[in-house]
Amino acid sequence: MKQIFAKPLSLKDVQTHFCPGCHHGSIHRLVAEAMDQFGIAEQTIGCASVGCSVFLYGYFNIDVVESPHGRAPAVATGVKRARPDRIVFTYQGDGDLAAIGTSEIIHAANRGEKITVIFVNNTTYGMTGGQMAPTTMPGQKTSTSPYGRDVNNDGKPFKMAELLSNLDGVAYAARVAVNSPKNVLQAKKVIKNAFQYQVEGKGLSFVEVLSACPTNWGMNALKANERVGSEMIPYFPLGVFKNTENL
Amino acid sequence: MSTPPRKFVKGNEAVAMAAIEAGVQCYFGYPITPQSDIPEYLARELPRKGGIFIQAESEIASVNMVLGAAACGVRAMTSSSGPGISLKQEGISYMAGSELPGVIVDIMRSGPGLGGIDASQADYHQATKGGGHGGYRIIVLAPGSVQEMYDLTMLAFDLSDQYRMPAMVLADSVLGQMKESIVPHPRPQVELPAKEWAVRGTGGAHQNVVKSLYLGDGEMEKFHWKMHARYQELAEKESRWEEYQTADAELMVTAFGATARIVRTAVEMARAEGIKVGLMRPITLFPFPKQAYAGLSVRCKRWLAVELSTGQMVDDVRLSVARDVEVDFYGRPPGAGSLPTPEELFEQIKKRS
Repeated sequence: MKQIFAKPLSLKDVQTHFCPGCHHGSIHRLVAEAMDQFGIAEQTIGCASVGCSVFLYGYFNIDVVESPHGRAPAVATGVKRARPDRIVFTYQGDGDLAAIGTSEIIHAANRGEKITVIFVNNTTYGMTGGQMAPTTMPGQKTSTSPYGRDVNNDGKPFKMAELLSNLDGVAYAARVAVNSPKNVLQAKKVIKNAFQYQVEGKGLSFVEVLSACPTNWGMNALKANERVGSEMIPYFPLGVFKNTENL
Repeated sequence: MSTPPRKFVKGNEAVAMAAIEAGVQCYFGYPITPQSDIPEYLARELPRKGGIFIQAESEIASVNMVLGAAACGVRAMTSSSGPGISLKQEGISYMAGSELPGVIVDIMRSGPGLGGIDASQADYHQATKGGGHGGYRIIVLAPGSVQEMYDLTMLAFDLSDQYRMPAMVLADSVLGQMKESIVPHPRPQVELPAKEWAVRGTGGAHQNVVKSLYLGDGEMEKFHWKMHARYQELAEKESRWEEYQTADAELMVTAFGATARIVRTAVEMARAEGIKVGLMRPITLFPFPKQAYAGLSVRCKRWLAVELSTGQMVDDVRLSVARDVEVDFYGRPPGAGSLPTPEELFEQIKKRS
């Protein structure tokens, strides 16, 4: 019998600790599939960040450096400069990348570091218990925006993919979602492209992945998945914002 | 007999020269007075040797770049002064927690806050007591001359690799900015452990993870005891100090770094007048050479600590000397015009003799 579906080789055979309905597992899989496709698992170094994303090394069969909160693009810079022959990626959440680590991502992008950044945007600080993130939607209630995000007080959600696409050092910037089979297939293609850009040494490649956080959104898995489509995508449009091949 | 070639260089340049000789592969820095000669020198010279120089967007980014490069097993370094060193404490704590080597140079300036650019020793506590969160120590070396800026920078790399912990060269703007004649020398041949823990990106069964997160029952506690034992080993094997005129001293002055140079001149002035005074200069501030202090204080019971602060190292001196010894203190808090003269310290010695 022909096997038509299997766990990517880049992933370990372990039980997940992520909450039911969380999208981290799907995103891990897509990253692992891209690695398998390029056969780069044995030349890749991951830079984990702080938050639910830190457990990268528990799921991937690759070497990983844990970074301080928000600093993964700086750590990845050190890794890539020390080992330019390796594939280096960061895996960061929205509190990590778009708040405390804004400076590090913008400057790594501006230097055109030849790394890939997987940015998981679930509009909240997941691990700390659902506080307001820079990407929290207007009116969204969180534990630190109990009356809903007030844009007059807190500003509007950061659109990181669009922001970074303006920098010359960024070779590829895109936003995807994993809330439907169609979007998963698109996300797979985009993540693969992002690694392709690094393999070709073109500059920083950035993929924002819209993600559900049912636990902190106070929703079940299905409702949370629906919210990605009904609330997030209209504000955070999917697409490729920068693609140096088309310039 | 040929004399070894000498170079007339600034202390900061000596640091940079030694780093290259020690095989530093990556330097990540940020401009701040009075250490900017270090990144300037390395920006010019390191790429010529095939190394990496990056001027980072911040002190925070630069130390995290060091973390990343060090995790790959290469020799990496950053340098700064007070305000920048404060920002680096986050990364230093993570490096300590991840058991990563790496060299941090602190050319101290006065503070707190923006302070000034004059010589200071007021970052002693920050450097030696674990400047960041979580309870850790790093190796701290205190040069007293431009030659030692060279020698101890080189040593910092070896000790850091040997003990898998960050090492700091703690100097000040006097040592960083002054020029002296030095004899540069090649890196000593030291047997160092292979960096089998480094990430190499070979994946699979050989997964290496560099991390400081310990969530399992008892894991974090075990880490702390392991590091505690390492600090003790460090103290036993690597404590370094210099004694000057201590054999018959009835008053022992103790000071580190640039201050010890001024004290030394004052000791010479006092000796010329027949005053039996000596100088005890710690070279490793962590590990603090406690045994040496304990030994010297068995015989000599009068002590004076001199610092460019209101008193920080004096705490360690008091904890190290014999219990029946009173340690007096003379300090000049850092700032413009606060560097003591040899005559001033000579007066302090005379008053206590």
